[in-house]
Amino acid sequence: MQTDVIQRKGRVRLGRDIQGKIGQQLRAMYDDVVKEGVPDRFADLLRKLDERKDKDAG
Amino acid sequence: MAEARTVRDEILAAVPSLRAFAISLSGHVDQADDLVQETLYRALAHIDSFQPGTNMPAWLFTILRNLFRSDYRKRRREIEDADGKYAESLKSHPEQEGKVEFEELRAALQKLPSDQREALILVGASGFSYEEAAKICGCAVGTIKSRVNRARARLAELLSIEDAAEFGPDHKTRAVLSTGARR
Repeated sequence: MQTDVIQRKGRVRLGRDIQGKIGQQLRAMYDDVVKEGVPDRFADLLRKLDERKDKDAG
Repeated sequence: MAEARTVRDEILAAVPSLRAFAISLSGHVDQADDLVQETLYRALAHIDSFQPGTNMPAWLFTILRNLFRSDYRKRRREIEDADGKYAESLKSHPEQEGKVEFEELRAALQKLPSDQREALILVGASGFSYEEAAKICGCAVGTIKSRVNRARARLAELLSIEDAAEFGPDHKTRAVLSTGARR
């Protein structure tokens, strides 16, 4: 599909290798945040909103 | 009552990924978390419009994405020193400072137009299909595909300039040899 090295406007643009590397880095960066889990701030918020709902319903 | 618990659990389960999406989109952790909070408020306020059994993460991502876009348009009017503000956000989260390896990638991501950035993250990191990403962004599948391709090409350009050195002289030699005419 793509040659490994593409010359364009005087700059070397590396193809498949670097695309794969970028994809890996992107997912690693993303997963790093996912691993942090749910900060208390959000768990608390959801719990409070739920409690308020229960109170209104009751 | 039991139904409400399940919905809350579903929403909670999506928070880590929502945060990752928000942080990758905005580049600023604090701003991203505020965005996630607003998303949760909005989701719960409009929970009746969510059809149980359908894709909850996609629904939440759509809310967050729309909030980001309306917020983003407001912020574009402000002159933003991307480096300065990002450095500030790092200070408030010292654990991020260690992740120098992603610094270049984050900076490069911020250089992409936001519609390319969101498409790339949704498909390349969040794990949505092109069809799901198209629904989240409210556009055609073909549009998402071209945005993703352009984002990838642009990132490759932005990052390969620094990376070229890592690949060593062999690649450069091959490059020169492969174009003959340039010599």
